[in-house]
Amino acid sequence: MLTLLLILLPIAAGVLTLLSGERLSKQVALVGGLASLGVAIFTWLQFDPAAGTQFGFKYAWVASGGISFAAGLDGISLVLVLLTTFLTPLIILSAFKHEYKNAASFYSLILFMEAALIGVFTATDAFLFYLFFEAALIPVYFLAAIWGGENRLKVTFKFFIYTIFGSLFMMVALVYLYYQTPGTHTSEITAFYNLQLSPAVQGFIFWAFFIAFAIKMPLFPFHTWQPDTYTESPTPATMLLSGIMLKMGVYGLIRFLLPIVPAGMQDWGILAMILSVIGIIYGSIIAIQQSDMKRLIAYSSFAHVGLMAAGVFSSSVNGLQGALIQMLAHGINVIGLFFIIDIIYSRTKTRYLDQLGGITQSTPHLSVYFMILLLGSVALPLTNGFVGEFLLLSSVFAYDSWLGAIAGLTIILGSVYMLRLFQKSMFGPKSKWVEGFQDLTASERAVLLPLVIMVFWIGIYPNTFLKITEPTVSQLLQLVNN
Amino acid sequence: MYPIILLSFFGIVTLFLGFSKSKNILLPATLLFLVITLISNFIDWNQGPLLYFYDMFRVDNVTLAFSGIVLLSAFMIFAISGGFQDNPDSEPAEYYGLMLFSLVGAIMMIGFEHLIMLFIGVEILSVAMYVLTGSNKRNLRSNEAALKYFLMGAFATGIMLFGMTLIYGATGSFNLMQIQGFSSNIPAGSQPYILYAGFLLLLIGMLFKVSAAPFHFWTPDVYEGAPTIFTTFMSTIVKTAGFAALFRLLNTSFTGIYNFWWLVIAAIAVLTLLVGNIGATSQNSFKRMLAYSGISHAGYLLIALTALTKPSQNAIIFYSLAYSLSTISAFGVLMLVSKEKTFEGQPNERYEAFNGLAKQNPLLAFILAVSMLSLAGIPLTAGFWGKFFIFTSAADRGIIWITVIAVLMSTVGIYYYFRVIISSYLKEGDLIKIRVAPFYQVILVLATFLTILFGLAPGIFESFM
Repeated sequence: MLTLLLILLPIAAGVLTLLSGERLSKQVALVGGLASLGVAIFTWLQFDPAAGTQFGFKYAWVASGGISFAAGLDGISLVLVLLTTFLTPLIILSAFKHEYKNAASFYSLILFMEAALIGVFTATDAFLFYLFFEAALIPVYFLAAIWGGENRLKVTFKFFIYTIFGSLFMMVALVYLYYQTPGTHTSEITAFYNLQLSPAVQGFIFWAFFIAFAIKMPLFPFHTWQPDTYTESPTPATMLLSGIMLKMGVYGLIRFLLPIVPAGMQDWGILAMILSVIGIIYGSIIAIQQSDMKRLIAYSSFAHVGLMAAGVFSSSVNGLQGALIQMLAHGINVIGLFFIIDIIYSRTKTRYLDQLGGITQSTPHLSVYFMILLLGSVALPLTNGFVGEFLLLSSVFAYDSWLGAIAGLTIILGSVYMLRLFQKSMFGPKSKWVEGFQDLTASERAVLLPLVIMVFWIGIYPNTFLKITEPTVSQLLQLVNN
Repeated sequence: MYPIILLSFFGIVTLFLGFSKSKNILLPATLLFLVITLISNFIDWNQGPLLYFYDMFRVDNVTLAFSGIVLLSAFMIFAISGGFQDNPDSEPAEYYGLMLFSLVGAIMMIGFEHLIMLFIGVEILSVAMYVLTGSNKRNLRSNEAALKYFLMGAFATGIMLFGMTLIYGATGSFNLMQIQGFSSNIPAGSQPYILYAGFLLLLIGMLFKVSAAPFHFWTPDVYEGAPTIFTTFMSTIVKTAGFAALFRLLNTSFTGIYNFWWLVIAAIAVLTLLVGNIGATSQNSFKRMLAYSGISHAGYLLIALTALTKPSQNAIIFYSLAYSLSTISAFGVLMLVSKEKTFEGQPNERYEAFNGLAKQNPLLAFILAVSMLSLAGIPLTAGFWGKFFIFTSAADRGIIWITVIAVLMSTVGIYYYFRVIISSYLKEGDLIKIRVAPFYQVILVLATFLTILFGLAPGIFESFM
């Protein structure tokens, strides 16, 4: 029942926000976000990693079809729910310094988005998963299309059509799988795990799922919507997209692709792996060239998600655990970085590296926070990025040493673009754009401090989270290897 | 059975009501008639299959469900017609009378057990529609539409009648059960070509009525030229009745020769999907886009007929309901908006008319958005489950390729449905006050509410079937 509460609470908070009027809406939304976080932490304390799916509920939905409204939490779900509920209040808080028109709709859309994301991460029924997977698109589409930049209509439309296109293929696959289940058919995800499918069929289903999730993450060559959408969206929407929504794709790979079509993985996994590794290198190289900071982070995010996908396709304990911990780390870092860019942009009105410089001179706090988040992203030991990247690279290396070596370049390329970002914006002579730059305000620090704490927590003692997911991951891999 | 008698009677009463001086009594009276008919429709619910009129008309739950949808749609359309008081040339009593009579035809098409009954139903429905299409008599486009519709429609009916005679020649009967008896016991080696030819001709006639490609050419012009209220009537009631009739034909009489026709219907379904969706993308007029979208929805429904499995029946009923609800609210909003804005002297029915609707009237914008989402098949709306049930019925039969094509085409659909949402929410327009009568608003809200309700809990519908 706790799961139901987790899904319904943000919806209720969203409705309240909508009703509370323009002035109060921020505060109501923040309280709603924190309440969800509270419930999530409470759930975490009650959680027993070894006990499988917990706190679930199940109501008949399309009764004759065996389709039910069912959700529950296992280790993988819990970690992602924690991430979602942790980041949402911070995203809301980070928006406080802007005066958005129609603020009530703005904040309620963020909360609706949170509900849909929690739904995706907890659904135990395949069609419910699909429903939330699609539903998550609508709030973020409107966030980006109403409050975004100049080109927003064109860019967000492309994004919308692109992602829907992908997920419709997944729907065909789900419908097919549903009809393969014995008896009166059921759409429970675990029932799909036990299906005996011929290798040829598995190949088709593999690609149907792959396209859906690869567009969502995005993986090379399905990424063309991503940089424009990230750049044109208002920062809170960019944070939702990169910090959380991208994880829907990785989660989908883990939950559906690996266990349902192991033979498809064997036939086609290598190709998917190669595409992921191309994405890592390609994204990094483009990121080095970028002058727009938001675009730079967008491409870095594209590179990072490539590595997560590569880890998942290695179908090893290290790969999956690495992907999970990296999802947490990436969510935290990327939201922090986008927020810092938003701070710089709102003060200087520019995002271009060649117009910036010398910010450090007047901003000790900003510089320190920026540096820590950046180092987390470059995967320096003792920061959160290191744990995930290490596990991921070791898994890719074990899968194929050449691919591992190429993917390993991410460490070097990542430091190049990240340090270039820091150097060009923060160091050097003070440019005319940064005259009178103020250091962080209290509310900005309130966003960054929790993020930085998490950077070190995961970096120093990742076991807090690894031990939640460990039993679920090994159980999942048993299915794959049988 | 009761609806047929009641509607015929009420139709005559409505015509006489037209003589009274007060025009205001007409709309409430017809609405009351429809409520009575709708209630009477469900008297026979769960009474098992009953045959009436010398075994020419069958009443079972499928008949009742389809006629329930038709009557509910009719109620909503009558309610938003507003008594035709805008146009001084209009003849409300005749319009309402004709619409009530055409409903009789629709219900005959839904419940026929005999091909003659089908023919009579099609004719009653069509003749009334020809007249109503041309009812805006001072408008050139309306006249053109009526003429076009009449010529093509009469021709299609002729082909259909020819098909029926050939079927009679082959089987010796017009009765569906006897035709079924013949078609499912064709001795091996003998090829009843007359039956095949008759079947195909009958099929062509019916496909014309539901505007499936390549028999769709009349649709955009007629939909655009007819007064919007009758376009709504045509695109919901005629289509629902047409598909009910096709379903009954294929599901009873011709199950025996499934292997002969399934590929024909599949090919037509694919062609219809392509024509409808690709045609809709290039339209500038919202009304014309809805005409093409109507064609594409015929394509989705044909997929359910191609599969013709157990889930198909519920899929068609659910889809018709979802489609009717969203179409009525879309046309309902269009009528309100186009009344306030003109383009080249005509009511503005282009996409631009919706610019800034969200600021002018948030409720209407929301109603329009929900109806577009539902037509596009986005989850949490009834349209999603409609598509879902249709796709599952095809998957149940094992025809995955057609589902893949349909899925690709729904992506195309999202493109043109979202143009309306983008216009109304994200583009700036003049701030014009849009007047909405309270009752009109209640009907649109009801349609939207049902769309979301069936989207959240399709099980509600299922528990009835």
